[in-house]
Amino acid sequence: MQGRRARQLGIQALLAAALLAALWWLLAVTSANMAERGIRSGFDFLTEPAGFAIGESLLAFESTDSALWALAAGLANTLRVALPAIAASTLLGTLIGLGRLSPNLLLRGLCAAYVETLRNLPLLLQLLAWYFVVTDLLPLGSRALQLAPHVFLSKSGLAMPWLGGESGLLDLPLRGEMNIVGGATLTPEFLALFLGLSLYTAAYVAETVRAGIQAVPRGQSEAALALGLTRVQLFRLVLLPQALRSIVPPLTNQHLSLTKNASLAVAIGYPDLVSVANTTLNQTGRAAECIALIMAVYLILSLITAWLSAWLERRSGRWAERS
Amino acid sequence: MKPGTRDWLRRNLFSDGFSSVTTLALFVAALWWLPGLIDWLLLQAVFRPDAAACQAANHAGACWGVVAEKYRVILFGRYPYEEHWRPLLATALLLAVILASGLRLLPRGPLLAAWALALPAFILLMGGGAFGLVRIGSDQWGGLPLTLLLATLGMLLALPLALLVALGRRSQLPLLRGLCTLYVELVRGVPLISVLFLASFLFPIILPAGTSIDVLLRVQGGIVLFAAAYLSETIRGGLQGVPLGQHDAAAALGLGRWQAMRWIILPQALRAVIPSMMNSAVSIFRDTSLVTVVSMYELTGALSLALAGDAQWRSFQLEGYLFIGLIYWIGCHAMSRFSRGLERTAA
Repeated sequence: MQGRRARQLGIQALLAAALLAALWWLLAVTSANMAERGIRSGFDFLTEPAGFAIGESLLAFESTDSALWALAAGLANTLRVALPAIAASTLLGTLIGLGRLSPNLLLRGLCAAYVETLRNLPLLLQLLAWYFVVTDLLPLGSRALQLAPHVFLSKSGLAMPWLGGESGLLDLPLRGEMNIVGGATLTPEFLALFLGLSLYTAAYVAETVRAGIQAVPRGQSEAALALGLTRVQLFRLVLLPQALRSIVPPLTNQHLSLTKNASLAVAIGYPDLVSVANTTLNQTGRAAECIALIMAVYLILSLITAWLSAWLERRSGRWAERS
Repeated sequence: MKPGTRDWLRRNLFSDGFSSVTTLALFVAALWWLPGLIDWLLLQAVFRPDAAACQAANHAGACWGVVAEKYRVILFGRYPYEEHWRPLLATALLLAVILASGLRLLPRGPLLAAWALALPAFILLMGGGAFGLVRIGSDQWGGLPLTLLLATLGMLLALPLALLVALGRRSQLPLLRGLCTLYVELVRGVPLISVLFLASFLFPIILPAGTSIDVLLRVQGGIVLFAAAYLSETIRGGLQGVPLGQHDAAAALGLGRWQAMRWIILPQALRAVIPSMMNSAVSIFRDTSLVTVVSMYELTGALSLALAGDAQWRSFQLEGYLFIGLIYWIGCHAMSRFSRGLERTAA
């Protein structure tokens, strides 16, 4: 036992030494390369003016603001698209997952076809296609489609009523000579990203929900029906509480992937964290720093999600015990 | 109506009120939408590579002519036009070996030999520089062969790395365990795009001056690193699924730790996770589309290359997306069908 311990310690010491040597070599080579190419390093660029504009932002941003503020605006944009998409994909995915368990053959087939189609196409392709549909195939603002009173869909995005405006209460968009005037507009980039992420992730959510419900033993449904519960009661009181326990962990994983997938925004020009960091990288040449920042932010988001997931799991466990 | 049919209808379409309403609603929706869809897809579609006819159809029908006109750029990207037979042959070769493996057309020995021949042959055909083939730099490779290469090599190289990492996470050395865990959690926590950025912007800076590896290798490296992290979690799951009794039995037979791993534990663990590994393969295949973002023209990038700059055809990009979407769909669907087949034979 003593000998084995000593050997293990020896191997670990060697491993640590090799690792340190590799790291030292990497640093030496990198700094030599950077010196040769005249690349500066450090995070000082964060406090300097960003020098570029951001297409849309929740936070007020001008090109004279600092790069750090630009990245913050990017992160806010990531969350602005990810959170609504998470809600939409969960809702739609749950419906489709339930549809796949329906006794109705047509509905079952339709939902299966949805899942099989969307899961087997690259998300990037779907995003590009949605972006193309919104920006090229929709009519011009002057001939915008009216989806509901004062809700217009056109090449320039989705215009809808919003608080404020001249009347002070509600700002209603109207069809103008050239374009839609007034109201709040969701840009084509936002729309394409939101649609693409929601519809794609819904396919995965559907599979998660279906698997969770199917994991509840058949006897549970049979017993509930034998007790005279209706299908709705069966679902609400018997299946859902038990299924939730196995659905919640993979579901939070789907939500996390959606947030990570929001980084594909860079391909269609929605200014999310990654595309802002990419622009900063191109402007300042600080590749290592910018990539490290992206990774750090996503790792923090992952940690927060893991923590939330554990908390939800505890809660859903308790809920299942109570009901 | 035969009683059997009526039973079937009642069970599948009209089992209760809700089901009946759904059936009727779907029928009405189909009547409403299907004619227009068939019109657009087929009846009013333009199949000739005739831009004027496509413009005249004004999106009332699909313009499949765009595929007829541009399929060579879509499939092969920036590869020189007169050399297109080379990527075609290379793609056919690689696909043949992949199919032979999937359908188990060859016994193990010849199959390994086929792989060992096909991959160098693929590189040689694409790159040239020997046997009188003109040298074509990897920056000009594109389209379907690039997608296939990135996905195939990505999977082949990620597997051994993933296996090592999975074993590393079960090591008795805390340092090794910690390092492997750090790698897996780090990579799984960040989006693939950031790993690709790392590969394309940072790899050149961290390599000794003078050694320059081309962008294809760097991006391939990024994909391998990314895929290996996910695969290693899959394999680790498989290792954990092997009952402890198997370890004990192997030890009782006098097998050493590594022998037991090689002959008893790993075969069971890997066989159990083949379906999840196929899922990873499907993901890698789809995710290769992301290399577009670091300016490589694989299938998705090649489509933009073919259409975005062409004023005559650019308004028919949707048809182009549907075309390459079909290619991706066939690939992914074939892989998941294969995986389901394996599950059935294993069960």
